[in-house]
Amino acid sequence: MNEIFFENHAIVVPGDKLATGHFKYGSGVVRQDNNYYATVVGLFRDRGDYISVKSLKGKYLPRAGDLVIGLVIDVGLTNWILDIGSPYVGVLTSMNAVTKRFDPIMADARKIFDVGDIVLAKIIAFDRTKDPNLSTKERGLGKLKGGRVIEIEAAHIPRVIGKKGSMINMIKRLTRCQIITGQNGRIWVQGKKIQDELRAIEAIKKIEREAHTQNLTNRINEFLNSKR
Amino acid sequence: MAGDGSVKLIDEKTGKRTDGRKFNELRPTKIEVGVLNNADGSALIYMGNNKILAAVYGPRELHPKHLALPDRALVQCYYRMSTFSVAERKSPAPSRREREISKVISDALNSVILTKDFPRTTIDIYIQVLQADGGTRCASLTAACTALADAGIPMRGIISGVAAGLVNDTVVLDLHDIEDQKGSGDIPIGYSATLDEISLLQLDGVFTIEQFEEAVKLAIEGAKQIYEIQKEALREKYAQIRAEFAGEPEEEEAEEEDTMEIVSQSLAESEASVDETAIDEAVASEETEEKKTGEKTTIEIEEVSEVEEVSEVEEVSEVEEVSEVETDEHQDLVSDIAEELNEELDEDEKELEKELNSLGTEKPEENDDTTTTNTTESEDDETEHEEINDLEE
Repeated sequence: MNEIFFENHAIVVPGDKLATGHFKYGSGVVRQDNNYYATVVGLFRDRGDYISVKSLKGKYLPRAGDLVIGLVIDVGLTNWILDIGSPYVGVLTSMNAVTKRFDPIMADARKIFDVGDIVLAKIIAFDRTKDPNLSTKERGLGKLKGGRVIEIEAAHIPRVIGKKGSMINMIKRLTRCQIITGQNGRIWVQGKKIQDELRAIEAIKKIEREAHTQNLTNRINEFLNSKR
Repeated sequence: MAGDGSVKLIDEKTGKRTDGRKFNELRPTKIEVGVLNNADGSALIYMGNNKILAAVYGPRELHPKHLALPDRALVQCYYRMSTFSVAERKSPAPSRREREISKVISDALNSVILTKDFPRTTIDIYIQVLQADGGTRCASLTAACTALADAGIPMRGIISGVAAGLVNDTVVLDLHDIEDQKGSGDIPIGYSATLDEISLLQLDGVFTIEQFEEAVKLAIEGAKQIYEIQKEALREKYAQIRAEFAGEPEEEEAEEEDTMEIVSQSLAESEASVDETAIDEAVASEETEEKKTGEKTTIEIEEVSEVEEVSEVEEVSEVEEVSEVETDEHQDLVSDIAEELNEELDEDEKELEKELNSLGTEKPEENDDTTTTNTTESEDDETEHEEINDLEE
């Protein structure tokens, strides 16, 4: 009585009837009676009793705990507004930015982060009724200096990272670049030479284009070696 | 506007229409997806001689903010006909008809988009009719819905738009321009094949109940055919790239925990690149200004020692041992604070010295004595000594 109509990894579109019967279902699936339909264009995932559709495109939706790369678009007296590439702007308050007490009368918020700065931050709370709250208090978080930031589909970030980080570590090794992936689809790349950065970016763009294909790690390996 | 039906539009012998179609035949339809780079999603539909472009932006922040809905996204649709889209130049001013079509299309799309996933945002759909040949509202709806799917916006199903109409008392599918104008009625329908739901239904002209039912049935059949074309167009975009690498071994991407691991890893790496000192400096700058003279620090220490005394008095009255321990702690605290402050003061002095050196012979006025004496010339020293001697005498 449980029946699945698509192969694993098949490309599905909204309205496709994925299965009938009793399943657990994740993102990209709606249930109507005992039928399960896709809601986005994506890859069908069949894990036995659990089905989901992995979207191939779409805006980044903030989640608590995500690491994001934001662009400061506004500075308030004690807070900063960051564009995090989602429909909602990120709010970073001084409380979540500096460890010492922040006195807006004596200190200037612009000296910490100014408009146009690229900031690595963590989302600490998001409940959809308010804009997401960010924090830069943890070690390693804060303003990113130098390098360049590229934007790809947020849905493809896991692919850029690869199983157990295989893809990202390979790119780092072969291009000798520092790479930071934000889960909002922004990637920060810094290399000693411009050519290295450009090679890394080219590789990442290739991953984005071919994210839904197989054997990608090997192809990127060849690609980077041929470009050297 | 429906005509009086007096013009012959169907050949009585063959039963074919003016463009050679049968009564239940669609015009040749083609959809291209992802034709615009700047839009989040886009689609271009060719339906007979119709050419319509749909672009989707969003979900994105809504301006003006007061329009935002607290629990779901607002779907805003803008249907526009180009001035060159019809034989006689269309006035570029937005017409009543354009506003009506914008409204019915956004209402139809609202019924399938999962708007509750994106509260307080807007989803904007821009539809530009490049070339019109009748039935543009249906073709626009088809294109808009395909563009939404291309933008990755979650929907319960895909709507396909098609019209059925009455021509020479015969119910026909998908009216073109002449049939639209000279025929005696048309019924545009928006229909989702998978949900079996009608999301748009309008009627122009006069139909009997039988004719109406037949027209709706015919339109639904047509919509199902269009749905297949939409599906194919959406799949095509990704299938093409996939076909290039068909047959290669399977590969897994990062799981949730992998992603988190790598993210935290990159966090550690980023320490070198993140500019932490800047933050501390900015915060510290407020303190340095306060403590240039060192007066404030001494006051703070005094204050703390006062507190300490008060606590001593209070606690002695209760238990002696405990109060001793606690006062010890207080003293520790005080000495700690004093040490910290001294350290910071030392740093401040060093900074001031640096500043002085960089300034050269120019002497800033607000410096404290120790640093000024270092740089003052011997002559000044002598005069100072003389003055002091005078005073002593």
